[in-house]
Amino acid sequence: MLRERAAIAKQFNKHRRLALFSFIIIASLWSLFSYGKLVGELFLPTPGAVVVAINEMYNEGILFEYTLASLYRVTVGWLMAVIVSIPLGILIATSKNAEALFGPSIEFARYLPVVALVPLTVLYFGIGDMQKFVIIFLGTFFQLVLMVSDVVANVSRDLMRAAATLGASKWQQYRLVLLPASLPGIMDSLRITIGWAWTYLVVAELVAANSGLGYMILKAQRFLATDRIFAGLIIIGILGLLTDYFFKWMTKVVVPWSEKAGGKS
Amino acid sequence: MSRLKVSGVNKIFGNGATKVQALSNINLNVAENELAVIVGPSGCGKSTLLNIVAGLEQATNGLVRMNGVEITNPGADRGMVFQSYTLFPWLTVQKNVEFGLKIKGISKKERQGISQRYIELVGLKGFEDALPKTLSGGMKQRVAIARVLANKPEMLLMDEPFGALDAQTRVVMQEQLLRVWEKEQTTILFITHDIDEAVLLADNIYVMSRRPGCIKEKIKVDIPRPRDHRVTVSPRFSEIKKEIMEMLWEESQAAAMQR
Repeated sequence: MLRERAAIAKQFNKHRRLALFSFIIIASLWSLFSYGKLVGELFLPTPGAVVVAINEMYNEGILFEYTLASLYRVTVGWLMAVIVSIPLGILIATSKNAEALFGPSIEFARYLPVVALVPLTVLYFGIGDMQKFVIIFLGTFFQLVLMVSDVVANVSRDLMRAAATLGASKWQQYRLVLLPASLPGIMDSLRITIGWAWTYLVVAELVAANSGLGYMILKAQRFLATDRIFAGLIIIGILGLLTDYFFKWMTKVVVPWSEKAGGKS
Repeated sequence: MSRLKVSGVNKIFGNGATKVQALSNINLNVAENELAVIVGPSGCGKSTLLNIVAGLEQATNGLVRMNGVEITNPGADRGMVFQSYTLFPWLTVQKNVEFGLKIKGISKKERQGISQRYIELVGLKGFEDALPKTLSGGMKQRVAIARVLANKPEMLLMDEPFGALDAQTRVVMQEQLLRVWEKEQTTILFITHDIDEAVLLADNIYVMSRRPGCIKEKIKVDIPRPRDHRVTVSPRFSEIKKEIMEMLWEESQAAAMQR
């Protein structure tokens, strides 16, 4: 048992080293091209310049302000989508009537490019937080409903039937079997859609905003401050990476029994 | 006294041009404490028949009675073990075994006593807190059997429960099922396409024809009990096996000609 655990730890460290290695490669190439003046500074700032830019943003007080503003919008907009889409997805997967009622309109809405809806949302909601929530909601909600209903529909029918022959009523089959059995897949869908939420947030902030990381990037472009654009991108990337780790960790906490949580306990 | 009585059951899927008759005039009686096995070629509707007995599907016409009461819905009195693994992966072995008891509203303390007894019965003492993902296929099916037995059903329905296991594990499981059945004095309706399995386990074997499935023959297995894998090389075993093989051979040949 101990030896097994040591082997897993060793494997884990190896994978961590590989991940680090890929970042080092990217950083080296970046340094080579920028410090080596292979690409003009206007197009590719040096890593040092980007660090300086981040420090400047910190001194101006906008580093955390803008990051938090973006983080807040993503979280609220995405949570709105989650709260509505999980029950709706379950309903669509379990009721033919609900599918007939909601299915086609959701499919239709899913193909509307959210970017094209930005002008309308600005018209309706202005350029404040609400407009960002709405864009993120529209970008993730329709996809999430379908993903959740797919997950629920793919739960093994025999699992429900087994529960029925153990005396579970229809309602108990839903509550005690269908719901927990869907959780790992739902966790996956959440992890994927929060990534999309970031994309839509930046889109919304690029078009119309007065704070946030997307806004900062747009403003930097006007002044040709490429170092700030890179700073913004790197911060968004780091936030995405952290979000992903958070969801992987959550998967282990919420559904430790799932094959996806990995590792025999 | 017969525990399960199936009379004149027909099952038709679909309608119009796509209509398929799966079962045709099925009659069978399973007595209390009998181990009845239905054997038939794949696609003969034997699983459909078991699902009808479980109440998971409805017969198009005909009657299925359990202790004289008509079956319309699934219920805890007819626990089923499936070919696919149906343990609830989020519950430990013990919680899985207690699933039905909890629904019945039995107290925690009492549940523990019952689950402990059945976990021991299927030889899984020490695995109470294990999650299904850490168990082998054979162990999973043993837990599934314990889970159904803990519910004290009137009858155990088994749909090729060992079909997904390797040959060695399957023999071990068959013997263990026989020991459990002798000890628990329970009624079992068991479905398989494995003739050896049928002869080893059964009091009575019902041989089903190809679609539309009907009971072709009822064969009484007079091999003395207790049985174990050694009876599979006895002359009587071979005789019965040969008889069933010939019957099924005719069926599969006729089915092949139809295609």
